[in-house]
Amino acid sequence: MLTIEKLPSGVPGLDIVTDGGLPQGRTTLISGTAGSGKTILAAQFLVEGVQKFGESGVFITFEESAADIRHNVASLGWDIEAFEAAGKWTFVDAAPQPGEPVVETGDYDLGALIVRIELAVQRVGATRVALDSLGAIFNQFQNASIIRNELFRLAVALKQMGVTAIMTAERDDEYGRIARHGVEEFVADNVIVLRNVLETEKRRRTVEVLKFRGTTHQKGEYPFTVMPDEGIVVIPLSAIKLKQRSSNVRISSGNTELDAMCGGGFFRDSIILLSGATGCGKTLMTTEFIAGGVSRGERCLLLAFEESRHQLMRNASGWGRDFEAYEQAGLLEIIATYPETCGLEDHLIAIKHAIERFDPNRVAVDSLSALERMASVKGFREFVIGLTSFIKDREIAGLFTVTTDTLLGGESVTDGHISTITDSIILLRYVEMLGEMKRGLTVLKMRGSPHNKDIREFSIDGTGMHIGRAFRSISGILAGHPQHVPPRELERMEALFQDTPGT
Amino acid sequence: MSNYKLRLYITGHTAQAERAVANLKRICAEELQGRYEMEVIDLVEDPEEGERQRIVVTPTLIKQLPPPLRRIIGDLSDKQRVVSGLDVFPAFRDEVDTSGDEIDASGEAAKKASGKASEDDS
Repeated sequence: MLTIEKLPSGVPGLDIVTDGGLPQGRTTLISGTAGSGKTILAAQFLVEGVQKFGESGVFITFEESAADIRHNVASLGWDIEAFEAAGKWTFVDAAPQPGEPVVETGDYDLGALIVRIELAVQRVGATRVALDSLGAIFNQFQNASIIRNELFRLAVALKQMGVTAIMTAERDDEYGRIARHGVEEFVADNVIVLRNVLETEKRRRTVEVLKFRGTTHQKGEYPFTVMPDEGIVVIPLSAIKLKQRSSNVRISSGNTELDAMCGGGFFRDSIILLSGATGCGKTLMTTEFIAGGVSRGERCLLLAFEESRHQLMRNASGWGRDFEAYEQAGLLEIIATYPETCGLEDHLIAIKHAIERFDPNRVAVDSLSALERMASVKGFREFVIGLTSFIKDREIAGLFTVTTDTLLGGESVTDGHISTITDSIILLRYVEMLGEMKRGLTVLKMRGSPHNKDIREFSIDGTGMHIGRAFRSISGILAGHPQHVPPRELERMEALFQDTPGT
Repeated sequence: MSNYKLRLYITGHTAQAERAVANLKRICAEELQGRYEMEVIDLVEDPEEGERQRIVVTPTLIKQLPPPLRRIIGDLSDKQRVVSGLDVFPAFRDEVDTSGDEIDASGEAAKKASGKASEDDS
């Protein structure tokens, strides 16, 4: 029995969702509402073929003219004219001719189109074919039943040519029938759906493989984005496997006392979550994390979403850390962007590119909370999973800060569903004690290592953070209701549990 | 004098193609005696011509002359539509209808076929 081979599309991420690519020698229907990215995907399928695999393609257009398509995809960095000149790409223009009325006088077929496609496929030696879009051909001709039969014949002809084809089709609702005119029933054994859903005032694009006859694929919707100079990038989050190795190599947090609390520093390839109310020392700790890396010759990338470059540099110099010198030494790169500049998917890809380019040992994100505002709960979770898995994959350390809503206490370590995927959690909290605001710090979680469980007081001065003694006579700090515990009671409790302090 | 230059595109000599050729010959003989040139092009033999003319469906009849250029698709079995599609006006026809009904009907057909042609008709 013949198994169905897959042809890698080359579209970033799509080949993970499709378990290796599109069924080779078959036709795949791409269905989506207006503006869901169908034409881009159709064109990109051919572009990636030319650029990544040296395969030629034929683009059949029923709606826009070839000139329009060349022009529209130029913004994605694709020079179709150059491909055409190199004999790697050719158009079959089947768009209606402007100003020329067509009179229908009886039965007809798509024989001429099939002949032209065959000619084009031969001429450039194409292995990939894209047809955009089937809805337009139904609009061009009045007899839908003829077109339906003829499209079936076309699909058979494409199979005989041995090409792998994409056909696009319109649908009316994001979650309704697959496509207009019921085309999926006669043209394709394989259906991919593109969606463009409005979710809490944000556009969320997803791709879903609905069916691949006789072969496997990942199930469900996967977010994607359209990047300038790149085109569609699918983010195959739930398809990411937990395959990261974990190392026992420790790195310094940049603060000796904190290293000691963590049992000798952070792990080299761990994700550390730093949670605290506004102004309680998160940016300072981030700064120390970076300084700790730089002083050991490690490269650090700081992604700032709350403060500008200038502010960050001023903050750092206030604590005796010279970011400018770090940058000049080539060990630090600061990227400060407003969260609102683009969607979370775009941020994720921009961050990935920055990490790939700068190749840091440490990455700090200040703060995740600023990005959380940008998306739905689901979208944010996918972003965090995507980012952490990417960072872990490169076996580098990541420090993320999270701002808690309340000044005292802190309910929100677990919100955003991010605590479970981080390796270490450090809480910074304000503690109200006898009419004075003090700062407290605790290592809540340290995966794979013993750590100090005290809640320690810390202070901040011109040289940075200084971690002092534990709050011994106070309880309820994390709950936000600190209460004084008489020393005698404390002794009694300690005797009860035989808990040796400092472990 | 008005000379019609017609090209009929087919893909292979299918029953449909033969029907279109026969229909066209009959219509021309009836409506355009001696005032036409007609050429049948099989795109299976000359696919390049299909590309040049951007033919999508077959049979396609292109009226190159007199202007305006017109495309008529199908096997040409609906004579009335073919005639109006070719802009064969009653004034040029040998047998001018006395009833007047047919003239209106063909005018309507042309309008239905293409909204843009209605200006030319009026």
